[in-house]
Amino acid sequence: MFGHGPSHPARTTALALALPLLLAACSSAGGTGTTEAGPPRSGGTLRLGISSNPDCLDPQQVGTNAALNVGRQLTDSLTDQDPTTGQITPWLAERWEVNADSTSFTFHLRTDATFSDGSPVDANAVKTSFDGIKALGAKSLLGSSYLAAYQGSTVLDASTVRIDFSAPSAQFLQASSTMSLSVLAPAAYQRTAEQRCQGEGLIGSGPFVFSSFKPNQEIVLTKRTGYHWGSPLWQHQGEAYLDRIDFKVVPEPAVRTGSLVSGQLDAITDVQPVDEPQFTTAGFTEPVRPNPGIVFNLHANTTRGVLADEAVRQAVSKGINRAEVTSTVLTPNYKPATSILGSATPLHTDLSAQLAYDPAGATALLEADGWVAGPDGIRVKAGQRLTASVIFSSVFNQNQSVLELIQQQLRRIGFDLRIELHTNTENTQRQQSGDYDFLWYNVTRSDPDILRQHFSTKAGNRSRLTPGNPLDEVLDQQAATVAEDVRGLAVDQAQRLIVEHAYAIPVFELTQVHALGPNAHDIGFEASSRLRLFDAWVSGS
Amino acid sequence: MTAVIRRLAQAIVVLWAAFTLSFVILYLLPGDAVLTKLGSADGGINASPEQIAQVRAEYGVDDPVLVQYGKRLWAALHGDFGRSIATGDDATHQVLSALPPTLAVSGFALVLAVVFGGGIAVLGTYTRARWLSHLLLSLPPLGISLPSFWVGLLLIQVFSFQLGLLPALGSTGFASLVLPSVTLALPTGAIIGQVLAKSLRTQLAQPYVEIVRAKGASRRRVHFGHALRNAALPALTLVGVVAGNLLAGSVITETVFSRDGVGRVTAAAVSVQDIPVVQAVIVLAAFFFVTLNLVVDLLYPVLDPRLARVPGELTRRERSHA
Repeated sequence: MFGHGPSHPARTTALALALPLLLAACSSAGGTGTTEAGPPRSGGTLRLGISSNPDCLDPQQVGTNAALNVGRQLTDSLTDQDPTTGQITPWLAERWEVNADSTSFTFHLRTDATFSDGSPVDANAVKTSFDGIKALGAKSLLGSSYLAAYQGSTVLDASTVRIDFSAPSAQFLQASSTMSLSVLAPAAYQRTAEQRCQGEGLIGSGPFVFSSFKPNQEIVLTKRTGYHWGSPLWQHQGEAYLDRIDFKVVPEPAVRTGSLVSGQLDAITDVQPVDEPQFTTAGFTEPVRPNPGIVFNLHANTTRGVLADEAVRQAVSKGINRAEVTSTVLTPNYKPATSILGSATPLHTDLSAQLAYDPAGATALLEADGWVAGPDGIRVKAGQRLTASVIFSSVFNQNQSVLELIQQQLRRIGFDLRIELHTNTENTQRQQSGDYDFLWYNVTRSDPDILRQHFSTKAGNRSRLTPGNPLDEVLDQQAATVAEDVRGLAVDQAQRLIVEHAYAIPVFELTQVHALGPNAHDIGFEASSRLRLFDAWVSGS
Repeated sequence: MTAVIRRLAQAIVVLWAAFTLSFVILYLLPGDAVLTKLGSADGGINASPEQIAQVRAEYGVDDPVLVQYGKRLWAALHGDFGRSIATGDDATHQVLSALPPTLAVSGFALVLAVVFGGGIAVLGTYTRARWLSHLLLSLPPLGISLPSFWVGLLLIQVFSFQLGLLPALGSTGFASLVLPSVTLALPTGAIIGQVLAKSLRTQLAQPYVEIVRAKGASRRRVHFGHALRNAALPALTLVGVVAGNLLAGSVITETVFSRDGVGRVTAAAVSVQDIPVVQAVIVLAAFFFVTLNLVVDLLYPVLDPRLARVPGELTRRERSHA
């Protein structure tokens, strides 16, 4: 987000970088040492280079990866989510019950967890925390949607709390595993939201505690001594291995890369596609995980211009060569989309056959629909040109290059895609007012309910569909039950409807690519592809 | 005395204009800081319209534009620029706490620029070896034409990543100061060198140099004792420009060298239309600019006693036309 940093001049940057990189090429190849094998070791500091400055550190308020990655280490959640199966598993809550229409959730808490100020993690604290998130309102960027129908929490006894919703909220179970709904100590709410952002009163029960925050510089976390209520999903139990984590804010990708290679950092996040090959050599490891949620896609406004025509949207989907996008502009670490949901999302359906590159099919669809080739190669029908614009921001550095390639691909089927780069603010404003043909974006969420948020006519409705359509129905169904068989069927239907009608055209899966130097080990991903540093350790001195 | 009062009045007008212009420009951009704050990276807002309205009211961005401007101006007169919409921190505090690292780099860069820029100009005009003179005097144009961004990355590659002599990131300790200061000093030193060299050559061609020489003064004495002193005046006039350059350059050096500072704060605030922070920066910068120019004006008579005898009303600009 903000801070999204200077990605706009990225292309000129690439040229400007050529000389320094050439100079570097001769000596950086050897790496800086060999990877130490062996059992994890306690102690030491991890110097982790991150790409943007978090404006705020409170995990209940923030929405950017940089901030969520910090917040995750400070707090625990009621539940955890298994990154491989998507199952919701115990953490602060040992077990829970959900009522039939998913409007009431009762959590039974473990009794031995404490916040770093010594107060107990009990039912009262959970209630204070959830009420606190609700009170944040719009300032809780992600939590406000998870708790949209939140009615209140009831303390049943010291270790049992019931959370009630005014509408079916099956997604809440997964949401309870995120850092956005993690639990802060009651004392935290005696500070203002702004103070918590700066780290004041940011008291959690997590494996690390907040130590200091120098904006644009670094965030320091230290180990919570006596921690022993980690999620059973983690590789070890007890305290974290690291004594200390220094998150260093290093906005310039080339400097992040060089600092890791030269040993000034132990690990870095957000490795750029162009830098990836450097870390496949000996001594370095490159943890990679695709983001769950909605993949990068061209989300069509079905009320605008040529996109109101379903055949046109379907042709655009067939005219995009997704494999070429990932293999030329990106790297093999990025996968072509196989559905509107990323493959790491629970209940994802593989629709790769429907999303295959089929220029002949696209042409046939357009011709049957009456679109004939115009003088400049762009098709026309009754005086209307086959053209639409896409608005995007440079939140992801490669957005411009990806869209330029798609533009070339679509030109081959006679479709003119106009690409328009805007600031986040302008995109948000246009998105809110419906002033767009295609939107280009992705969203991270490890629950299929994200489809409801963006496609339901009762929520974001980015396709501008009319209420009461078949998609609404299945999206409501999946919201009403945590039973996986019933929910799975509805989510499968939703994905098929979206892809079939090309309400949104999936392209590729955003992927987190990090790099570890020879001394850093076991930096893991949680289910939403954010960092989990509990099991991380450093070797050497 | 009236001259000083007039200068002060000018300074106030400059500060007010900077404040107003920054407000108008940021206000005219589409959207506002609250939308940016509440929007997630995918361009969506999860909150309900009522929740958004609540935050807008909290930050006062739902007032009519003139009311917003009036409130901001009134508070600014009392030294209060409001709270940053992006971070919630007090805007003045945010800018002032970013100031020391920026001043450290700019200050060191200024020293480097004066020493090396001045040195090149003096040596280039003093030496009798033509090749050396050509070489030295061709350095300033080269220095100006190299983009700071590229120079910074090059320096990091060589001195940090390759040789391991200096840190590539951070703002702690003197070592972290060297590379960014050199990067920043390059274009600044180039300007100083260019202007001083030209001015020195002009002075050396003046009749008074012949007279001093005829009186038997050594070459060194002519160069350093007479010509340099007179030639320094135009270079000094540049201080204001140079200060502006240093501040503008800090946006780039602070990003490349991962340092905290006013440049980073400014870039971030502008990109999210965080009006309180941008205005605090602009007014601070304008204040520096105005003060520096005032100091330079007061320094003239010290360097050139002839100016002290000129009636005080003569301003610098009028003088340069004279």
